[in-house]
Amino acid sequence: MKWPALPRPEGRQFIIGIPWFWLALFFLLPFLFVLKLSLSESTLAQPPYLDIVREFKDGLVVLAINLGNYELLLEDSLYVKALISSLEIAAFSTLLTLLLGYPMAYAIARAPRHWRLPLMMLIILPFWTSFLIRVYAWIGILKNNGLINQTLMALGLIDSPLEMLHTPFAVYVGIVYSYLPFMVLPLYATLIRLDMTLLEAAADLGCRPWKQFLTITLPLSLPGVLAGAMLVFIPVMGEFVIPDLLGGPNTLMLGKLMWTEFFSNKDWPLASALAAVLLVVLIIPFMLLRHFERRSEEAQ
Amino acid sequence: MNQARNTASDASWQAGSAEPAIRIENVTKTFGKTYAVDDVSLDIYPGEFFSLLGPSGCGKTTLLRMLAGFETPSSGRILIDGKDVTQVAPYERPINMMFQSYALFPHMTVADNIAFGLKQEGMPRSERDKRVQEMMELVQIVPFAERKPHQLSGGQRQRVALARALAKHPRILLLDEPLGALDKKLREKTQFELVNIQERLGITFIIVTHDQEEAMTMSSRIALMRDGRVEQVDPPRRLYEFPISRYAANFIGSVNLFEGVVIEQQGDEVLLQCDEAGAVLRVRDSRKMASGMPLCLAVRPEKIRLLAPGEEGPNQLTGVIREIAYLGDVSIYHLELPGGKRVQFTQSNVQALAEQPLTWDQTVTISWRPDSCGALSE
Ligand SMILES: Nc1ncnc2c1ncn2[C@@H]1O[C@H](COP(=O)(O)OP(=O)(O)OP(=O)(O)O)[C@@H](O)[C@H]1O
Ligand SMILES: [Mg+2]
Repeated sequence: MKWPALPRPEGRQFIIGIPWFWLALFFLLPFLFVLKLSLSESTLAQPPYLDIVREFKDGLVVLAINLGNYELLLEDSLYVKALISSLEIAAFSTLLTLLLGYPMAYAIARAPRHWRLPLMMLIILPFWTSFLIRVYAWIGILKNNGLINQTLMALGLIDSPLEMLHTPFAVYVGIVYSYLPFMVLPLYATLIRLDMTLLEAAADLGCRPWKQFLTITLPLSLPGVLAGAMLVFIPVMGEFVIPDLLGGPNTLMLGKLMWTEFFSNKDWPLASALAAVLLVVLIIPFMLLRHFERRSEEAQ
Repeated sequence: MNQARNTASDASWQAGSAEPAIRIENVTKTFGKTYAVDDVSLDIYPGEFFSLLGPSGCGKTTLLRMLAGFETPSSGRILIDGKDVTQVAPYERPINMMFQSYALFPHMTVADNIAFGLKQEGMPRSERDKRVQEMMELVQIVPFAERKPHQLSGGQRQRVALARALAKHPRILLLDEPLGALDKKLREKTQFELVNIQERLGITFIIVTHDQEEAMTMSSRIALMRDGRVEQVDPPRRLYEFPISRYAANFIGSVNLFEGVVIEQQGDEVLLQCDEAGAVLRVRDSRKMASGMPLCLAVRPEKIRLLAPGEEGPNQLTGVIREIAYLGDVSIYHLELPGGKRVQFTQSNVQALAEQPLTWDQTVTISWRPDSCGALSE
């Protein structure tokens, strides 16, 4: 028997190299720019910063590295507070999307085969409308004379409108609504792969349905839970549109702060320092995910 | 082994006095328009090693799954120890099952897999550990206690699955093609181990297989299935020697079938006009048969004897050898009769190099006794 020829080593390395090249070009390089920017000084000019490479003299490169931005981030309690608040909001939203998304993913995975695709489409459908428009739509729903308040008042359930827009509640509604699909998709993918005979085996050994879920389904869907959690947690940490449009003046989030520093205060170096710190904070959960993934791969 | 088993536990179902461990009453299961199981009634007695045998798609798995409680019969009842369990959930049945795919929990160690059922029972820790240890010793997997299923070979996984199903000391164990994934050597070894374990623990085994040889070696009784129905239920020996239909005769071992019509009955022998063989054949059968009725004579290849030149015998046929297959212990010969019909017979290879071995195109005469063949009307 003749085996199909393997691609020559150079060819293989080339193919493996493509994603690395991609990462270098679109992730590492921009990050290096941001890092460089964060180490520069801001100034009133166009562009609004002084390059850290000051001059070449006698074969020497003179750099002016400014750690002041990072110092400021640590000193000014606003930024630390924003970080903590972002972490809080992201963690809580992740928990909410998980609590909401898991039953949805479970129901779809267990639905009759011909129902699964339409149900998945319903989850994905909102993506076909612009994100911004969907968030604006929530303003219309949540505001004082919006859909919810009008309905409740028409039904005579309340006398004066409920204050919902520009509260933390509105931020959570917006985030959970927007990020739910990112939770449901990976959960669905792991739940649909779950071997149903494992549940039969558990039942056969005297395990009741609810315990079957806790001892078999849940542990085996953990990779999906982690993937979904990362897909929600990481972007929510940097989210600025939702807190800006739905949140109040006291809604403190790093993403919003960064936006303000960049575009309102024109302090690019400080905003870059914030971005760099955020990235480091986000890499930690990502590495945790990799760790768990490797463990669950071993368990497969 | 067959003999030993048959004497040990034959009594209960032959006497018909013992209470069956499982009674299946007119059970039917339909999926849409297909009758997966069609009006099956069976009694299975305590301590039996009962096989469900049949070709692919004949409803063996479906019947087993109804016993375990994963499917509900469309009609009919299932009784365990006299109690109707037709509507009882799987986790409340005193039955355990060993799955064809083993269905081991991938996120648990071997020991945890085996302990799973005991934990559900709420067995105290110390007792549980002891039982798990016993089970692992029984199936010889002690060194793998802390491994995960994916770190085991197919044969080791199969042992874990067996240990897990046995751990709760169920009164009845269901096994769905338990040895399907093993190679021939390991399979034969495991067959004996299964029988040993079954005898040692005194558990009723109900095993699904489509391998007739496997069913023959292990079972106390075999239910031969066909298109969702039970064709014949008998101990292996009876099933082989006295099949009740052409289907049963063909399914177990090889057989020569001679179609003919009854001429007359002489005592307990039936005379049969067989045009295929161009002869009148005799078969021992004391059932009343009208002359002119179509009947089939079935004779196993090993029951056929070669006649020496000039020798006479009952059911004597002469033909030409067309094919020879040497299998080591025996050789199979295909004899072509003048009418074109082929008859298979075997000769054991007594001598390493016979002086006058049978050869191709040799004309020989065969014969078999009327009481070594059977008459099939179905
Ligand atoms: N869930 C189901 N839905 C529809 N038809 C089914 C289902 N399960 C089994 N069947 C049908 O019922 C019949 C019997 O199936 P079953 O699995 O019991 O066969 P089997 O004897 O175990 O075969 P095999 O030896 O191939 O495992 C088959 O025709 C099969 O297609
Ligand atoms: Mg089957």
